[in-house]
Amino acid sequence: MADNEAFAPKTADSLLDTEKTFKDKLAYFGRFLWRDKGGIIGLVVFLIVVLAAIFAPVITSQSPFDQNLRASKMPPAWQEGGDWEHPFGTDSLGKDIFSRVIYGARVSLMVGLFGVLIAGALGLIIGAIAGYVGGRLDAAIMGGVNLILSLPYLLFVVFIAAVLGRSLLNVILIFGITDAPIFARVTRGEVLRIRRSGYIESAISAGARWPRIIFDHIIPNLIGPLITLATFEMSAMIFYEAGLGFLGLSVPPNEFPTWGNMLAAGRKYMTSYPWMASFPGLAIMFTSLGMNLLGDWLRDVLDPRLRRSRK
Amino acid sequence: MTKYLLSKITQSLVLLFGVVFLVFFMVRITGDPAALMMPRESSPEQIEAFREKMGFNDPILVQFSRFLKGAVRGDFGASLHFKTPAMPLVLERLPATVQLASTGLLMAVIIGIPIGLVGGFTPGSLIDSIGRFIALMGQSVPNFWLGLMMIIYLGVGLGWFPTFGRDEWKSVVMPAFVLGLPVMGQLVRLTRSSVLEIRGEDFIRTAHSKGLKPNTIYTKHVFRNIAIPLISVIGVQFGYMLGGSIYIEAIFSWPGMGGLLEQSIGWRDFPLIQAIAVFTSLVVLALNLLTDLAYSIVDPRIRYGR
Repeated sequence: MADNEAFAPKTADSLLDTEKTFKDKLAYFGRFLWRDKGGIIGLVVFLIVVLAAIFAPVITSQSPFDQNLRASKMPPAWQEGGDWEHPFGTDSLGKDIFSRVIYGARVSLMVGLFGVLIAGALGLIIGAIAGYVGGRLDAAIMGGVNLILSLPYLLFVVFIAAVLGRSLLNVILIFGITDAPIFARVTRGEVLRIRRSGYIESAISAGARWPRIIFDHIIPNLIGPLITLATFEMSAMIFYEAGLGFLGLSVPPNEFPTWGNMLAAGRKYMTSYPWMASFPGLAIMFTSLGMNLLGDWLRDVLDPRLRRSRK
Repeated sequence: MTKYLLSKITQSLVLLFGVVFLVFFMVRITGDPAALMMPRESSPEQIEAFREKMGFNDPILVQFSRFLKGAVRGDFGASLHFKTPAMPLVLERLPATVQLASTGLLMAVIIGIPIGLVGGFTPGSLIDSIGRFIALMGQSVPNFWLGLMMIIYLGVGLGWFPTFGRDEWKSVVMPAFVLGLPVMGQLVRLTRSSVLEIRGEDFIRTAHSKGLKPNTIYTKHVFRNIAIPLISVIGVQFGYMLGGSIYIEAIFSWPGMGGLLEQSIGWRDFPLIQAIAVFTSLVVLALNLLTDLAYSIVDPRIRYGR
């Protein structure tokens, strides 16, 4: 095995790389970040949302659950009748909208993160098998994948959610499973492309066995496209979770504050108390905007083949 | 060509069978379809009687073959809420959904493609910036929220458009715009990047150097080439719009299939949900088939290549 070491190309994402190359990589990312201002905005927005979710109790002293009928339907602080106690106003039961928006980031990020992890893991395994084994197995797997991807996605997600009932776990599982085909398709395509490339051939001729090829050569090369896809899919999951909440099919409202549930509740009062629906919607838009900018930037940095098409 | 057509049709039929299979088993994944469909406060006797009436006690294969036979004839049983056959109820709502989706698509095409073209030819210009902004908004703005905001500000606030229903031509403007915005963004992006890519090709340089007028080059050389990816995106997106207007129809009380779906979830009317799911999938698959066909007519490489 020792001789192979010399032939094996250095993998960009190996944790064993020396500190200097790590710094180089950081500098590389930094350069691209600086050049693409959208990327900076995206990264900052994403970090704000993550920090808001983690430090929610520090950011806001108000409980997202406390009801106070005397202070219900209060407008945002800058409008007449508002109060800086409740910067974004209160909902129909007097719950503080600002703290609910902040705490709401937790459910959205949890759904996005775990959903993407499950979908990514399933898709990686299925796609890698299909791409590596090929033949009839590949045809069968890709047939199933294309079946699922050609369905009206939203309709089936709503259908499954209606059957399974409301819970955080169900929502995560629904997205984790229904989104796996996209990851499988991308993984398979990349595996096929990588397998044909010259360095795999040279690794094989240098005597590398298949576990080494998969773990040292194929997977490090898959990480770029998969991280990019994961960013976009996470943004989509946050969006769809809010949509399910809006239809009353996501997490039960008494368990966690979520943006979708807030929208659904605010919808009833939309003409007289528009802030109840505005702020959770702005939060979804803010998050999704940030993640899309981040995804665009990651795609440019991690996938040099796509860079040309964006000028 | 016939062979290509046949293989595409067979694929679609297999997919459709897969949909019927999925829809059948989905209501059974919790184990007890009767408990799922009955109101929560029903007594065990009522549930048992319902189970017997719906044939849920029969062996699963018998049930599936019955479901499949019905599905082929468009018979999904009676809606639990309306007590009348489910399929006619769905078909009744089809025109409204088609009207909404096609208006939305039309808006997306009329606005999105020209902006994308201009953006591709003059990167960095004002119109290009507007185009990139539309693309970003289309990707990021939650449509249910945009719908609510338009109702609050354009509907109630300014009184420009009616806020719900489908009574006059103005009713369709807001829901169609909300439904069309993501597609508009996608079309801007795709048109822009295709133009940028094709502009650098050798045959465009040749056309320039042999002295063709820029306008001829744009219409004959550039536009023909970007038409191919555009057709496929438009076809697929139209399918998604037909199946994905649930929130928008619910918000604007638009009397289409999406609104019916939202209501039938509230009623736990699963036969109706099944009918909507299968019918929508059928429409989407048919559209994808048509897109493939259009694609192969425009691009001979696809017809003969495989």
